[in-house]
Amino acid sequence: MATALAATNHVAMADLKGKVDPDWCPGCGDFGVLAAVQKALVDLQIPNHNVVTISGIGCSSNFPGFINTYGMHTLHGRALAVATGVKLANHDLTVLVTGGDGDGFGIGGNHFVHSMRRNVDLLYIVMDNQIYGLTTGQTSPTSRVGMKTKSMPFGNIEAPVNPISLALAAGATFIARGFSAEQKHLTDLIKQGIQHKGFSFLDVFSPCVTYNHDNTYQWFRPRVKKLEDDSGYDPANWMAAMEKSLLWDDEIPIGKFFERTDVPTLHGAEPVLNAGALVHADARIPPDVARSFIEELM
Amino acid sequence: MRQAFAIGIGGAAGQGVATPGDIFAKIFSRRGLHLNAYNAYQSIIRGGHTFLTIRTGPEKITNMGDRIDLLIPLNQDAMDRHLGLLTRGAACIYNADTIKPGVAAEGAALCPLPVSKLADISRNKVAQNTLAVGAGLSMMGIGFQALEEVLTEQFKKKGEAVISENVGIARAGYDYAGANFKPFPWPLPMTENRYAVLSGNIAMAMGGAAAGVKFYCAYPMSPSTGVLHWMATHARKAGIMVRQVEDEIGVVNMAIGAAHAGVRSMCATSGGGFALMTEGLGLSAMMETPVVVIDCQRAGPSTGVPTKTEQGDLWQMLGAAFGDYPRVIAAPLDIGDCFKIIPEIFNIADRFQCPGIVLCDLLLSEGRLSVEPKDLDFAPVIDRGELITEGGASGSNGDGAYKRYKITESGISPRAVPGVAGYTHTAASDEHDEDGVLISDEFTNPVKRRAMMEKRMRKVTGIEAMVPLPELSGPRDAEITLIGWGSTKGVIEEACEILTEQGIPANQLQIRWLVPLHGDAILDLLQEARHTIIVENNYSGQFARYLRSETSFVPDGYVRKYDGEPFMPHHIVEAVKEQLRGESKLSVPAHEIMV
Repeated sequence: MATALAATNHVAMADLKGKVDPDWCPGCGDFGVLAAVQKALVDLQIPNHNVVTISGIGCSSNFPGFINTYGMHTLHGRALAVATGVKLANHDLTVLVTGGDGDGFGIGGNHFVHSMRRNVDLLYIVMDNQIYGLTTGQTSPTSRVGMKTKSMPFGNIEAPVNPISLALAAGATFIARGFSAEQKHLTDLIKQGIQHKGFSFLDVFSPCVTYNHDNTYQWFRPRVKKLEDDSGYDPANWMAAMEKSLLWDDEIPIGKFFERTDVPTLHGAEPVLNAGALVHADARIPPDVARSFIEELM
Repeated sequence: MRQAFAIGIGGAAGQGVATPGDIFAKIFSRRGLHLNAYNAYQSIIRGGHTFLTIRTGPEKITNMGDRIDLLIPLNQDAMDRHLGLLTRGAACIYNADTIKPGVAAEGAALCPLPVSKLADISRNKVAQNTLAVGAGLSMMGIGFQALEEVLTEQFKKKGEAVISENVGIARAGYDYAGANFKPFPWPLPMTENRYAVLSGNIAMAMGGAAAGVKFYCAYPMSPSTGVLHWMATHARKAGIMVRQVEDEIGVVNMAIGAAHAGVRSMCATSGGGFALMTEGLGLSAMMETPVVVIDCQRAGPSTGVPTKTEQGDLWQMLGAAFGDYPRVIAAPLDIGDCFKIIPEIFNIADRFQCPGIVLCDLLLSEGRLSVEPKDLDFAPVIDRGELITEGGASGSNGDGAYKRYKITESGISPRAVPGVAGYTHTAASDEHDEDGVLISDEFTNPVKRRAMMEKRMRKVTGIEAMVPLPELSGPRDAEITLIGWGSTKGVIEEACEILTEQGIPANQLQIRWLVPLHGDAILDLLQEARHTIIVENNYSGQFARYLRSETSFVPDGYVRKYDGEPFMPHHIVEAVKEQLRGESKLSVPAHEIMV
């Protein structure tokens, strides 16, 4: 996701405070993600009017209301489709897409896969809490096998999706995983994701303190291990990333799994946009071009 | 009666029915003749049966008509299916080597071409088609030069040898017919006019380009795919971003995203794809982001008959997406109108920040019509409404004073697009207050909810004022008033003319704007009507039911057709007579052309 031009005005944390305070449950992982995004935008000095934060529906999807940028709170599962349209109409904007695991990997799974193969230039942050929160606790696409919820009271019998492996297979060009409780590390991943030119996918463990009693902060803390601490790990190596993405239970890697910079972005690959963002284009077709369109029919 | 001449060409898909059709169309339009073409086909790439009707004449030709003057069957199946359509004065040109004629009606001429004697068919598989075109034009009294010109253009890329081979074959057919077949008594005239010939899909795509559409996306679905094809082919010249998306849910949401970022954005689909888009239409209405969606109706329900026409999606459009919200629905009246209606509906959608739906159908989408080039106006009025695209003085963060959903008398709140300094806000699919803050969870508030509903719905009054009133065409004191909507305009018009000539004066009320409907104006127009009949291409009388629900108006009778094929004028004429005789209040004409 490319950085928009920095304005002369200094961007401070206070500028990014939303009109209302978050209504997430006390202790929700999403607070940490919000703070990290705000910190990243301050560090990168991106003026807030050049940022569009776009979400679907769910607890974490209320995100755009809690940050002062342009925001769109769209339909359940559709944030990436809307965001693709925004980016193609005005590729000078920094586009952030925020949402949850149900929104992104369940109802929005189709758009997730296709947005990655298109290499749309945006940062997609999934606040992955492995549960449906706003609907009061049902199984999600990332819930573990055996997990008991209101919708699967005898335990989940479906294998969870592995978002990192899926993103690798679908062709995302920046793939990372963060943990809401690791603020500095998370902020750094968000900054990298914003600066990456192409589809940046950031899966963030963002524990649900109300409905998920399995995947808690306490459960994650001893398990997460930063890839950045492994000097031998090379994020340019796709196969190594795929292997790492399969690790779970005792050791769960967080950090940048994969990045490649040789794939053109969707807007970069389309010559129609060479002249600049569509939103600034002249509405009128030049008269000689219009004439040629009619002459074809005669 | 209008002077007209109709050619029917039948064959299997892949047998080259389209090429002779294109050649005839080009020659007619360059001769200054009007034309209307309709291709009855099946959902098959090779094989099956397809039947193209091209009708031409010096006056406006608005539909496929009732009569075939020249039949060109390209295989036995086409001969067997259609020879029976011919009546006195008509002719059938066919390959005598491969096709056995049936028994033609009295006065209809059988014109066998000894194809293998006239051309080397081992080298040119479609030689029989070219021979037939040559023979046909000779019988119509059209000079050979016109055909030579078109063939030269057609094969320009293939080189001189191919051109001269095809011109030679055409000449052989032309000369053979001149020596052996009786010419048609009415030679096709020539006028000074020059027309563009286009399909409704091309017209809607071009109308979008003229309206300033900068973003177009779609998922392929018959019969709407032609819009995508034109857009994709012309995107770079026209400066339009065109995307093929993974499904229609993605399509409508992507279009809304682009529209939200400030460009005019359009998409097209058919009933099934539209069903997937409906939640997105609600999003457009709630976020107040204008988007235009074209629905090219095909015969439903479900996958239905993808290559056949119907006016069966009206209630789907009326009820698309849950909740109440302002929407605009327009049904183009003919292929020229497919162009014109796009800038018009965009101006309304932009001004009132709501979704606009264009309700087209296969008949217009895939049919072709001659249109005056000046009617394809690439400089229409473009009204973007209250759009804020210039930065505020208050700097990048603004002073927080901007209210995206400000409560106004008109219901319209000035819309700032992302990237403009000083106007940051969140647009939400949840109910929100003037600031855009959600009032769906922590801040639910019946007063605010009511105010927001009323703000949005107040836009309806403004929309009504912008949409022109329907008009009655023909004498006010006619014996019969035929009421139709959208694509049936041309065929009903011709039925009215025939009825009037036959001593039953008829007039027509054709509805173009379905929402808003202007019910009071319609009732005014119908007050003096003596016998009213609603004509529509569906089973249940969707428009009749809608008109009744809006106005309590009940007509004297109905003509409906839901066999997948469009009306022909005589279907309506005979139905009217049947109803005037009191034999029926509901007529369902049978289609005689079997495809």
